[in-house]
Amino acid sequence: MSALLQLSGVSRHFGGLKAVSGVDLSVERGEVIGLIGPNGAGKTTLVNLITGVHPATTGKVSFAGKDVTRQKPWQAARRGIARTFQIVQPFPEMTVLENVAAAALFAGGMAYGAHAESAALEHLRFVGLADVAATRAATLTLAMRKRLELAKGLAMNPQLLLLDEVNAGLNSSEIDHALTLIRAIAARGVTILIIEHLMKVVLNLCSRIVVLHHGELIASGDPQSIVRDARVVQAYLGRRYADASG
Amino acid sequence: MKQGVLTGLALLAILCALPLGVDSYWLRLGTTMLMYGVLAMSWNFIGGMAGYPSFASAAFFGLGAYAGAVAQKFGLSMFIAWSLAGVVAAMFAAALGFALLRLRGHYFAIASLVVAEVLREIVNSATDLTGGGKGLNLPVPQMASIDDQARFFYYAMLGVAVLAFSAVFATQRSRLGFGLRCIRQNESAADMLGVNVTLYKVNAFILSGVFVGIAGAVYASWVHYIEPPDVFDVLYSVKAIVMVLLGGAGTLYGPLVGAVLFLSLEELVWRNYISVHTGMLGLLIVLLVLFLPKGILAFRPGRA
Amino acid sequence: MLTFQILANGLVLGGLYACIASGFSLVWGVLNVINILHGSFIVLGGYLAFYAHAELGVHPFLSILIAAPLFYAAGYALQGALINRMIAAPVLLTLSLTFGLDLMLQNGMLLAFTADFRKLILDPPLGVLALGPVVIPVDRLAAMLLALALTGLLYLLLSRSRIGRAVVAVRMDREAAALMGVSVKRINAVTFGLGAMMAGASGPLLATIYPISPLAGTVYLGKAFVICVLGGLGSVPGAMVGGIALGIVESFGALWFGPEHATTLSFLLLIVVLLVRPTGLLGRKGYE
Repeated sequence: MSALLQLSGVSRHFGGLKAVSGVDLSVERGEVIGLIGPNGAGKTTLVNLITGVHPATTGKVSFAGKDVTRQKPWQAARRGIARTFQIVQPFPEMTVLENVAAAALFAGGMAYGAHAESAALEHLRFVGLADVAATRAATLTLAMRKRLELAKGLAMNPQLLLLDEVNAGLNSSEIDHALTLIRAIAARGVTILIIEHLMKVVLNLCSRIVVLHHGELIASGDPQSIVRDARVVQAYLGRRYADASG
Repeated sequence: MKQGVLTGLALLAILCALPLGVDSYWLRLGTTMLMYGVLAMSWNFIGGMAGYPSFASAAFFGLGAYAGAVAQKFGLSMFIAWSLAGVVAAMFAAALGFALLRLRGHYFAIASLVVAEVLREIVNSATDLTGGGKGLNLPVPQMASIDDQARFFYYAMLGVAVLAFSAVFATQRSRLGFGLRCIRQNESAADMLGVNVTLYKVNAFILSGVFVGIAGAVYASWVHYIEPPDVFDVLYSVKAIVMVLLGGAGTLYGPLVGAVLFLSLEELVWRNYISVHTGMLGLLIVLLVLFLPKGILAFRPGRA
Repeated sequence: MLTFQILANGLVLGGLYACIASGFSLVWGVLNVINILHGSFIVLGGYLAFYAHAELGVHPFLSILIAAPLFYAAGYALQGALINRMIAAPVLLTLSLTFGLDLMLQNGMLLAFTADFRKLILDPPLGVLALGPVVIPVDRLAAMLLALALTGLLYLLLSRSRIGRAVVAVRMDREAAALMGVSVKRINAVTFGLGAMMAGASGPLLATIYPISPLAGTVYLGKAFVICVLGGLGSVPGAMVGGIALGIVESFGALWFGPEHATTLSFLLLIVVLLVRPTGLLGRKGYE
C-alpha cells in the first residue's frame, strides 16, 4: 500500500532564503513520526507546505495517492490534513464549543446544526474541556488553549494530524496529560506528525524520527539511532561537541 | 428563535400599517428610512459579519439606479428593471469581490471606495446610454394620486427591506454566517479549518450588493430623475457604515435600529441647520467612534 | 517634441505630488492610520496663503514658514487628544474617525470661506522658462522645486535627527521601540504632526497653481492614495517615486484620453496595482 503522505524533492524559497530544500519524506498510515531540528531549521515551513499555506517552490506533495502540491489550506483541511499551531489560534469571541463545532462543520463535513455541536462536545470531553464549553475561547489558559487546539484537530476528522509544538510552554504534569491524549488519538488510527523541541516527548511517542537542519532532512530512523547519530548531535550542539564525543 | 420570528412579524405589521393616515412628508421619511435600512443591513454582511471595511455601497447603489433606469429607457417594465438591477449589482459584486477581497484592511477599504468614483466617471462618459452629466429621466408610474404613488414606493422599498432582512436572518442561522464569523475573528485560522474563505467572502459581498442595487433602482423610479453625483455619492457608503456602527455590527436588529436613529438625527439636523449638516454628521461619527464603537445595542442589559 | 513637454509637465506635477503624499504616507505607514483629513489640511494651508497674500501681502512661498509650525502643532494636538485613543482599534474605526473629523473641517471651511473658488495670482507673474521646445511656467517650476525641497527636508529629518530615527524605529517595530525607551504615544503625535505639517506646507504651493475651494481636498486625498499604493507605504523615497510616477501617468493620460479622465485613469491604475502587487510597486513582500 502506498504511503499516506509523500514528499518528493520538496523545496521552498523565500526570496534568496532556502527555508526548505529537497526534502523527501514518506509517512505511512498509522505511523507516529517525530520531526525535530534546531530553531529555524524549517519545521514550521515544512508543515505549511503540507497544509497548503505556502505552495512548494519545487517538488511534489501527495496525500493518499493524490497530488496536492497546489492545494489551498481549506482544501487540505477537508481532505483530512489537520494541524495545530505553535501559537494557538482560537476564534477569541466564540465559545470553546463553537470553536470545535467550526472544525467539525467545515473540515469534518458535518451539517450545520445541533449534530455538529454534540460531536464537538464529545471531542471536548475527550480532551477534558467539557466544563468550559460555554466560555469564550479568549479566556482560556495556555494549557487549555493547547487542548482546545487538539480538540479542534480531532473534530476535523483527520487522517493525518500535524502537531506543531503542542507542548511548548506547558509544565511537566500538563505535558504528561498531553502525552496521554496524543497516545489515545494515535490508538484511534490517526497518523500523527509531531514537531517537538522536547526530546522526552518524541522519544516517548514516536516510532520514527526525522531531523531537519538548515531546511534539509539530515537523518531519519528509530529514536535510539537518531540520538546517537553524529550529524544530529552536531546539528544540535555544534561541531566541537560532536567531535569530542564521536 | 420563535420569539425572534414573532418580533419580526410584529415589526412587519407595524411597517405595513404605517402609511395609513400619514401625510406625504411622513411617507417620504418612511421610504427613506427603509432605504437606509436596506443600506445598513446590506453593509452588515460584508462589514459586520465578515469584518471587511467596505465602502462599495455607493457603487452598488448607483449601479442599480442606472441599471434600472437604462432598462426602463429601453422599454422594460419597472418590476423587471428593478430585478435586473439586482442581478447586475450581484454580478458586479461577484466579479469585484473575487478581485478585491484578497486585499486586507486599508487597502481593501480604499479600493472599494475608489470603485464608486470610477463607476461615476464611466457613467458620466457613457453619454449615449446614461445621458452623462445631464442625468436621466425615468417614466412616472400611472397612479390615481400623488399619495398613491408615495404609498406605492413606500411598499416597494418595504419589500426590498423585507428581502434584505430575511437574507440576514437566514445567513445568521447558516453555515455561511458561521463561516463569516470565523473569518472576521481570524481569517487564516478559518482557512486552515476548512472554510473556503474566498467563496464565503464573495458571497457576503454579493449579499451586500444585491439589495442595495435593487434599492437604487427603486430610488431612481421614486425620484424620477438621477444623475451620477447623486447616486454614486460616497455618503451612501459612509451612512451605511455609520448606521451599522450606531446599531451594532453583526447583529440582526442593530442595522435597523441604527437606520432609524440615524434618520431621526439627520432629519432633526437637516431641517433646522442645513448649513452645518455635514459637520454634524462628522461630529456624530467622531462621537460614535470614540464613545460607542460597539453600537448602542451593546449597552442593552442581558444581551447574549 | 510634445513628448518632452508632457514629460516635463509630468515631472513638475510629480514633484508637487511627492510633497502631498509624503506626509500622508508617513502617517499611514507608521501609525496604520489613513488620515482622511490630509486633503483638507492642504486646502486649509492654501487658504492661509491666500489670505496672507490678500490681506498682508505675504508671498505665498513665505507663508509656508507660517503654515508649517501651525499645522505641526495642530496635528500633534489632534493625535495626542483624539487619535491616540483609537490607535489600536480596527481599521474601520480609525478610518471613520478621521473621516468624521474631515466632514467637520470641510463644513467649517465652507462656513468660513464660502464655496467660491479662490485663485491666488502672483503679482508680478514669474513668466515662463523655455528650454528648447519645452516651456515651463516659472511659478510652477519654483513650486515644484520647493515641494521637492520640503520633501527632502522631511527625509533628512527622519534619517538624521534623533526624533526622526525614533519615528522610523516605531515604524519598524513598535514593541521593540517601546522597550528601548521610546515614548510611542509621543512619537505617534510627532508623526501625525509631521504629516499635518507636510500637508499644510504644500497648501501654499498648490494654491499658486490650482484654485482653492473647501471641498478640493478630496482630489488631493485621492492622489495621495494612488501615490502610496504606487510607491509603497511609510517611506519618503517611496512617496517621491509614486508621486513622480503619478504625475507622468496623469500628464500622458490627459493627452491620450482627455484631461477629464486623468483622475479616473489614476484610480484604475490604483486598482490594477493593488491587484497585481498588493504591497505597492516598491513595497517589499515579507516572509514569515
